[in-house]
Formats: sequence, C-alpha cells, structure tokens
Amino acid sequence: MAGTSPAMTERLHWVDHPLTALLPTRERGTGQPELMLRLILSRLISLVVTLLFVSLAIFLILEVLPGDPAAIMLGTAAREDTLAALRQELGLDRPALLRYLQWIGGILQGDLGTSITYKMPVSTLVAERMNVTLPLSLLAILISTALALPLGVAAAARRDGPVDRAVLVFSQLGVAVPNFWIGLLFILFFSTWLGWFPAGGFPGWNAGIGPALQALLLPAVALALPQAAVLTRVTRSATLEVIGADFVRTARAKGVDKGSTLRRHVVPNALIPVTTILGLQLSFFFGGAILVENVFNLPGLGRLAYQALNQRDLVVIKDIVLIFSGLVIVVNFIVDVGYAILDPRLRSRA
Amino acid sequence: MTKRLLTAALLLSVSVIPAFAAKTSLVVGMPIEPPGLDPTVAAPVAIREVTLANLYEGLVRIDRNGKVQPLLAKSWEVSPDGLTYTFRLQDGVKFHDGTAFDSADVKFAFDRARDPKSTNAQKQIFAPIDTIETPDPATVVIKLKNPSGNFLTYLGWGDAVIVAPETAASNAANPVGTGPFKFKSWTRGDRVELTKNPDYWQKDKVKLDTVTFRFISDAQAQVAALRAGDVDAFPNLGAPELFAEFQKDSRFKAVAGNTEGETVAGMNNAKKPFDDVRVRRALMHAIDRKTLIEGAYSGFGTPIGSFFSPNHPAYVDMTGAVPYDVEKAKALLKEAGHGNGLSITIKAPQMAYASRSAELISAMLAEVGVELKIVPTEFPAKWIEEVFKNKDYDVTIVSHTEPLDIDIFARDSYYFNYKNDTFKQLIADAAKTTDEKARFEKYAQAQKILAEDVPALFLFQLPKLGVWNAKVKGLWENSPIPVNDVTEVSWTE
Repeated sequence: MAGTSPAMTERLHWVDHPLTALLPTRERGTGQPELMLRLILSRLISLVVTLLFVSLAIFLILEVLPGDPAAIMLGTAAREDTLAALRQELGLDRPALLRYLQWIGGILQGDLGTSITYKMPVSTLVAERMNVTLPLSLLAILISTALALPLGVAAAARRDGPVDRAVLVFSQLGVAVPNFWIGLLFILFFSTWLGWFPAGGFPGWNAGIGPALQALLLPAVALALPQAAVLTRVTRSATLEVIGADFVRTARAKGVDKGSTLRRHVVPNALIPVTTILGLQLSFFFGGAILVENVFNLPGLGRLAYQALNQRDLVVIKDIVLIFSGLVIVVNFIVDVGYAILDPRLRSRA
Repeated sequence: MTKRLLTAALLLSVSVIPAFAAKTSLVVGMPIEPPGLDPTVAAPVAIREVTLANLYEGLVRIDRNGKVQPLLAKSWEVSPDGLTYTFRLQDGVKFHDGTAFDSADVKFAFDRARDPKSTNAQKQIFAPIDTIETPDPATVVIKLKNPSGNFLTYLGWGDAVIVAPETAASNAANPVGTGPFKFKSWTRGDRVELTKNPDYWQKDKVKLDTVTFRFISDAQAQVAALRAGDVDAFPNLGAPELFAEFQKDSRFKAVAGNTEGETVAGMNNAKKPFDDVRVRRALMHAIDRKTLIEGAYSGFGTPIGSFFSPNHPAYVDMTGAVPYDVEKAKALLKEAGHGNGLSITIKAPQMAYASRSAELISAMLAEVGVELKIVPTEFPAKWIEEVFKNKDYDVTIVSHTEPLDIDIFARDSYYFNYKNDTFKQLIADAAKTTDEKARFEKYAQAQKILAEDVPALFLFQLPKLGVWNAKVKGLWENSPIPVNDVTEVSWTE
C-alpha cells in the first residue's frame, strides 16, 4: 500500500514529538504560557536571521543575473545617453553595497521601494496582488483539507474496502496530474463549454464577493486537487497507524464503539502528522499560485513575480522573494503552535 | 457530500448573467501588460497599443494604411529647403483635465522629449530640431538643423504625443491626453479601463462609451477568453496554430495582417566566417522561407527578402534576390573554403516564433553541411546583454518591431556589426530627402543592397493575427505602427 514512509510517520509520532525535541531537555514540562513565549521568541529571531540571509542571497543572485533594466525599458532604439539618464534616475549607477544597504534600510522603515516598470510603490502593488493570492491560497487550503481529511479517514476506517480503493485512485491521479493542466481542462469544460465561469481574469473585490469568488473558485480547485491527493494519503496512513496502536485496542476492548474510537481517539492523534504536511504544503500553495495564476490570468503575487523577473524589475523581485520567504517561515511557526493546540498532552504537562 | 452541495449552491448563486443592452463597450485583449501608460518615457510596444490615438494624440496621426494624416495639427507647410515646418493647430481641443491645448503644450512636449535628462526611447527623431517657436496659440514653427524626410511620420509615433506641463510627470500612472477616451482605472496585472471623453474635439466620430484592455499572456487562455466571450477582440493573437479555427467560425472575424516586425536571423558580420559575403549568401540560399513560415507561424506571415515592411508604400519585394537553392548554397560554401562543413551557433530567444524558426533553420542548414547549434537565450534581458550589447554571438533571431527601421543597418554600434559605406550614405541621403518620391526611390535602392549583401537572413514579416467578434467594426487589419486605435470602432447591432 502506498502512503508516507514508515520512517516519516515514526518520527512524527506523539511519543517523540518534534516540539518537545526543539527545546532543551530541562525545559520540557514547563507551563504552557512560558513555553509558548519561548517558542515565539526563538521563532521570531530565526525569522529575522533567515530573512537577512535570504535578502543577501537574492541581492547577490540579481547582481550576477544578466539584464539591464534600463535597456529593457528603453528597447533597442535607445541612445547611450538616454540609457545613462534612466540608469541615474533609477539609481542603478550607485555602488552595489550602497544599493543593498539602501534597500534593507528602506524595508526597516517600512518602505519597499518603487517599482522600476510600474513607477509606483511596491507596497501598493503587493497589497493589490495579495488581495488575489491570499484568498486564492486560503480557498485552496480549505478545499484541500475539506476533501482530504474525510476521504483519508474514511479510507483508513475500512482498509481495502471500496472507499479505500476509490480514494487510492483519486490520490494517484491527483499526485500525477499537474495543477496547471487541471486548470486548462477546467477552463475548457466549465468556461468555454458550459460557460459557468469566466475563462480567467479577476474582476476585483469591488465587483462584489460573488463575481470575485466565482473567478477564484476554479483556480483554487485546480491548486487544491494535487495537494488534496497528497494530504489524503498522509491522513490515511496516519490514521491506519493510530488504529493499530495499543490504546485503540484497549479502548475497543473496554467496549467503546468503533465510531467513537475513531472520533475521540484515532483522529485527534492522526492529525499531528497531517498538520505537519499541511504546513509544508502551504509553501507549495504559494509556489503553485505562480503557475495557476498564469493559466487563469489572475493578477496575483505569482504573476507579478513572473512579470517582474521578465522585465528585470529588480526592486519588485527582491521584495516579493523576501515576502514569500517570510510567509513560509510564518506559516511554519503557526504549524508549530498548532501542534500545541492539537496535542492536549503538551498543554497538560504543567 | 455536504461540501459538494455547498459548491453547487455557490455555483448557482454566482453564475447570474447580466442582461444585454445595446453594446457600446469593447473589451480588447492584449498579450502583454504595458509597464506604464506614458509612451514618451519607455519603449514597450504595449504602452502604445493602449494609449496611442485612444488617450494621447500627436500633431499628426498614422492611419491604417501607414499614411500621415492631420490630427492636432489641422494643416502644415514645409519650406522648400525642408528646414521649416509651420503647423496650424486645431481649435477647441482640451486635455482630459479640462485645460486647453495650445502651441505652448507642443513646445513643452517636444522640449521635454529632447531634454538631456529625457528617457524618450526614440530621442533621435527629435535630434534634427533646432528651435521651436510659438508665434500664437494656434501656430507652431519648428526649425530643423538639417532636413529630415520622415519628420512628419515620426510625429505620428507614440514617442511624439502631446502632453501637458501640468500632468506630464504623472502620466505613467495617471495619463492625461487629448484623445477620444479618458483614463478610468488600471487594475494592475489584469486590465486598463477607459471611458469616453465627453469634451472630445471630434466626438461625433466616437461610438464606444467604454474600452477595456485586458492582459492575457497565455495563448491558450487568450483563445479561451475569446470563445467564452470575456474578450471581444484580440488584435494580435498569440496562438497561430488555433487561428485557422477562428477563420472557420462565423461568430468571429479572423484576419491575418502584417505588423512592422521584420523577423531576421542577424549575423555577426565582423566575425569569421560571416565577414565573407559568400557565406552569408550561401546561408540565405539554404533557407526555404515558405516551409519556415509554415512551421514557425502555421503559414501566416509574409516572406521578406530585405528589411522593409510590406505595409510601407516604399516596399519592394526582394525575396527573389537570393532564392532558396540548396545546390547554389553548397557551391558558395565550397568556394568560400567551407566545403567540409561549418559549425556555428544561434542564440534563440524563447518566443515561440523565434525558437521554432531556429529549429527549422538548423534543419535547413544541415542540408548544406552547416551545423547550427541552438543556444536558448532569454529575451529581453539576456539577449540585450549578450547579443545586443556585447555582440557575443554568431547568429541570432529576433523580430524588429519598430516602424521604418532600415537605418539600423547603417548604425556602427548595432549588433549586426555591419559596415557598408554605400548603404550608410544612401540612408543618410534618404533621411534628408523631403520629396517623397525621391526618398522612396532611395529606400528601394537600400532594400536592394541589403537583399544582395545579406547582413542578416531575411525571413518573414511577423503577422498580425487579429480575431474579433464578427459584429465589431473598425479595427485595423495591419499595424503600420504599434497602436490599437479604437476611435471609430463600433458594434453593428
């Protein structure tokens, strides 16, 4: 049977919980508020350090990447003096170190800089695009979780039964088919053929919640399905593992019926590895958004990143990579906190 | 199951289609979003395709046949020596912010464009200007340092539109011009919306109330948007392989016209073996343009034998000068000392037409014993850096989309590394010739020189594959300059 490798689920099992492993041995078992505070503090420090490294890396990569933004803006007919005038206007003639420090200094003051191509503040651009990418990703996560959890548990509850087999087929297909292709099929079927949805584009939230959600639903499903397939498998194997545990047998032997055992004993324990995978998937949702946004022509952060890279809008690329990195780190942090909430043993340890 | 029901309920609640009224709105699809809305500070074609003729107007306009027509200037006189242009301006013209248009705005716009700090992408078109005088609000007198035969044509380009001193600096984000439409909004990454200008000086011509430009980069998504009716017109469809289907579909009008884009495989003329005209001619003889166009652009696109647009009245068909002839190619290569074969590279950008052409050219050259290795080169960033700036290449392929740009072969620093004094002199003479007939004659000679000297492999004119709703009238079939002029576009119902 396919599923996550035994080694992986083993590592994530409650006995050897990753959260407790993170802390120095003597700290285990302290009260929850202090524990949470320490966790948040250490994560904040790692967030800042990681972002600094990311900022340096992206800056250096863009330095060696061929391509002069001024030449791209002015095309092949531009004269040398015109190019020089634009480079000066954009500040590209300043030394690299100075440009790096100015960038970081600006960010610390809340100024993301001005886009080279759009000639407007990057913060405004990013805020506009977040209005698309964030709802899209959240919707996809909702859909993915809402599909995967019931399917995975149902499949595990009757191993090798018809539901299990159907789930297996779904997850195999979902893992194999890339989201942009699902997107294209959806457009063909639901937009071109049935005419139920727009074939792409985004009317903006000003057009009302209905039209905006209508524009986001197909892409969100296309984004969600492959991840739902992965999550279904993880849920199924995690549930199976807990079903086989001693305490479940004990519960059944004590006369607890099958449904209650599943609800009260199996699922809460199985959720821990599932949460880990969900956390990892969040970064895939942001990454996948680049492809799906292009197929559905959604003005999101992914499209902005792609466009900025083509135009060598260095200011925008740098900021977006930093924002994506920050998001992934923040999401991982939330997942870690999520463990504490899902696992009552951690809360009661005081 | 509950989830499915919820989804179904959501579908039903949101798929209400608004009722149709008589149509006065138009949605135009474009493959690339403009990086700003000021054509006087940056080169991208997409800026002109949204703004020129719709938001901004020049002293003159270029019509759908490539001819110069009056616009903000209702008439003009050129002195016999070709040095003094006197323009009489239209009365009652207002900018979108309500300020009146007069000769001071013309002077401001041109002075701004030729300022040392200006980032106008076509600054050389203003280079001949000596002085700009404004004897009265309705007259502009421009004196040139030397005659400029194409001066009037240039004034119809996006780089020479008239902007107002009060608003010029913010035009990239909030454009203010004198055109038939006003800027309404720009949802970056998705669309630009324009509304009718109620104070337009020739408002009787304008039939549309709103025009929306939507940006859809993926070719499949473009087709889907047209079929789903999300977009009424795609003046330049990116999917040639699906164009024929639109031609068969009576709901659409599908027209294959010409752009100003000469697709050429430029050679590094300073580098061996391309410094030898026999080698260049041999490579040209080895290319079957018909097959190339079939493979690279589904058969759409006019074969060219030199570097001039078939849209232009001075165009001469030179495809017969160095025709497809494998035997002749082999003989010439042997004569040049490459009888045992030749191994060269082509830096090919990622655009479908370029990478497909490179593959076909590679196969065709293999027939005459030349091995052509394809080096994928990202456009524009890497291509501009390596090929255009550093001239580090053997052969490359790209479409040159500027109108009337044959003079690039006369520029010393241009990436072809081509030096031909006779040609250079001819282009310089043509630029100074104000008499149209004499100038066109010189352009004809120049086309002939290039066709025979083959500084680049002349392949085909990039087609303009326009698809629009069959009820839409007035869109251009060719694009003699990059523009989507919707001033007189209307719906037939």
